[in-house]
Amino acid sequence: MISPMSDLHIELKASIIEQLNLEDINLDEIENDEPLFGDGLGLDSIDALELIVLLEKDYGIKLNDPQQGKEIFNSINTMAAFIEKNRTK
Amino acid sequence: MKGIAVTGMGVISSIGHHLSENLEALSSSKSGISFPEILQTTHTHLPVGEIKFNNTELSEILNLPKTQAYTRAALLGTFAVKELLKNLGWEKFPEETGFISGTSVGGIDATEKHFKQYAANSENNRFIQAQHPGFTTEKIAEYFELNSVVTNISTACSSSANAILVGARMIQCGRLKRVIVGGTDCLTKFTLNGFNSLKILSSNPCKPFDDRRDGLNLGEAAAYLMLEADDLVQNKPIARISGFGNANDAFHQTASSQNGEGAFLAMEKALKIAGLEKSQIDYINAHGTGTLNNDLSESMAIQRFFGEDIPLFSSTKAYTGHTLGAAGALEAIFSILSISENKIFPNLNFAEAMQETGYSPVSIIRKANLRHVLSNSLGFGGNCTSLIFSKDE
Amino acid sequence: MNRVFINGIASISAQEDAVVENGNVALYSENNIAALDKNYKSIIAPMMLRRMSKAVKMGLWTSLNALKEAKIEIPQNIIFGTGKGCLQDTEKFLVQMLDSREGLLSPTSFIQSTHNTIGGQIALHLKCNAYNMTYSQNSNSFETAILDAMMKIGSGESENALVGGVEENADIITDFENFDGQLKQEKISNLVLLNSTTSGTIIAESAHAFVFTSKPNKAYAELLDVEIRLNCELENLNSWIFQFLDTYKLTSKDIGFVIMGNNGDARYDNYYKALQDSIFKETPQIAYKHLVGENNSISSYALWLASQIFKLNKISEVFKLNDIDMVNPKYALIYNQYLGKNHSLILLENA
Repeated sequence: MISPMSDLHIELKASIIEQLNLEDINLDEIENDEPLFGDGLGLDSIDALELIVLLEKDYGIKLNDPQQGKEIFNSINTMAAFIEKNRTK
Repeated sequence: MKGIAVTGMGVISSIGHHLSENLEALSSSKSGISFPEILQTTHTHLPVGEIKFNNTELSEILNLPKTQAYTRAALLGTFAVKELLKNLGWEKFPEETGFISGTSVGGIDATEKHFKQYAANSENNRFIQAQHPGFTTEKIAEYFELNSVVTNISTACSSSANAILVGARMIQCGRLKRVIVGGTDCLTKFTLNGFNSLKILSSNPCKPFDDRRDGLNLGEAAAYLMLEADDLVQNKPIARISGFGNANDAFHQTASSQNGEGAFLAMEKALKIAGLEKSQIDYINAHGTGTLNNDLSESMAIQRFFGEDIPLFSSTKAYTGHTLGAAGALEAIFSILSISENKIFPNLNFAEAMQETGYSPVSIIRKANLRHVLSNSLGFGGNCTSLIFSKDE
Repeated sequence: MNRVFINGIASISAQEDAVVENGNVALYSENNIAALDKNYKSIIAPMMLRRMSKAVKMGLWTSLNALKEAKIEIPQNIIFGTGKGCLQDTEKFLVQMLDSREGLLSPTSFIQSTHNTIGGQIALHLKCNAYNMTYSQNSNSFETAILDAMMKIGSGESENALVGGVEENADIITDFENFDGQLKQEKISNLVLLNSTTSGTIIAESAHAFVFTSKPNKAYAELLDVEIRLNCELENLNSWIFQFLDTYKLTSKDIGFVIMGNNGDARYDNYYKALQDSIFKETPQIAYKHLVGENNSISSYALWLASQIFKLNKISEVFKLNDIDMVNPKYALIYNQYLGKNHSLILLENA
């Protein structure tokens, strides 16, 4: 179990804010367990594609099937856990 | 309505450089999908519907000077309009012939080629303006000295379907008596990489409406039709445009809504204008790109609209690839060929019906007396257009 | 045929709206000018706004304001003209693709690169499933949008249409226009642009939206007609205009003011000068591109300006090309072309 305040969590939030142009949102406004899509942060399917690019670019993880993203991108926690397990860089 | 007379057609696509070659390929289930040879790209493993003439060859066929500023879409467009002229048996287009062309990316192939080289006094600077879709249309118009209404529509994948719709409306309301309508788009690195970044390109020949479909193949084509007001028509029209509808899905920038609202409304409007009952549609040439999203959404729209009695349908995208802005006009010509040949061209590469619908498209060539054919074009930005072509009776 | 009226208007350009009356001109000396910024956040939700390029923001902002003025929530048609479309996102994706040699690419800018992004995003914002069209024909993009809307309303098929023209600039692609003679190479104050004897012009961003309706209530003006032509020889220009006016049993003397597209490019301003010195010699002549710059849809500023002039019955001196006073104008004509191509005529009547 990685700490919820790990560097990875913070790093992820910062890259999500940058990559998805969420300029009005601060790091601490994104909760670790809050849903990223739908009612939570309110991301959409275009953002999901951007997150796939982010995984590959920053962590060397290639997702070939966009459908896979659904579970991985549930929250910052699920993303961080997936990255910890699969990262190649 | 009686419908606007279609009196001529001209086409070039990956399945043929002339109308007759296109018909032959369609009738013999011969696909034009290959790997890119002309398009210079690192994605050589992605299948495309490529026309195997390079720009120099096209330019020579058209007798253009070496200093020309024709991008590939303009070359293909000029080639297809020349075919139209030839098929009409005319020397040149009469004065006051309008020209409405659709293209999605215009001359971006020139921009991506010369982007790093544009500089003061570069001989490539003649292509700077060529990036913009209207320039493509101007070049084609100038080749044939067309100087009446000359305009361009750019609504992504429904561009040329909309060009046909607007041309038909211009004749209907008396704004023009004669108009060339259609569209052109070429393969570019821009679109290939763009669709690739959306993860909707298949690395296999596309399988529209198949349960295991995994994306689309891009293609290139140019296709044009001559529309004429009835008082000008000399020979029996090849077919008539009896209905047209344009609506917006207003759901998402790229994805189609799950219930296909935009496509539903476009079909509804087209049928209303044509004054036809749903049961009178004999065949649908579907947009059917082969992506998970499009084929499901379009099927839902067809199901909601037609209810229990779904007309025979197929997508011809597995022959030509998705030719983007040219697709609407290319498939208009295929729809008209279906009517005049009394044949439904099959949906290639189909094996298994989608679980969600259980519908199977026509997958082997089939004889049928077709009076009314519906053709759908759906695109980015939610743009949906449906056209109805009818036998001239 | 139903009549077509202009009921709601909105503008974003390099000048404040009030310049029409007060003549307080924003001065520029560069050849590439950004449109003035608006408070987009006040009407567009942040989650939508975050991805929007300037063209989309401007198109949506002007659309919402024009609809508000016309008191229409959902238009029956959305018809836009844009010659260069979403240049900023096109450039972003192109640069990314070329620099990475077709590597890993982020899709958002590609998704928003198509010309119909503006019309599509307006439909999305309004949840409007209506007819949606985008014309992209150089300097006749907006004119074809007008023509389409006039057919829609004129034929009785629709009662209203949201019609607009939008152009944005991009860093690199717009800069290319320095190389092919489209832009002026010397610094020049926009106020004296029209006296220039060199080639090229200044380019600027702009967006305009209009609500056309079949109802004359409180309209700015009535749209009588629009005509476009790809090429027109200088010697045929007068006869084309005569013919166009004659359809409405008008002559050049009936025109209360004429709006000319002079842009300071000495190679092509002769089209306008020929008219200024001949058939419109005795007509109040108005120009605007020295204030708001050139672009493929800038004639939408001319239509906005004509609407304002009819309403105010006056115009600031900075727009005037001659000394002839405007007296209760009944008809107005707008003539435009770019680089000697894509000519257009728009005829308006005071409502």
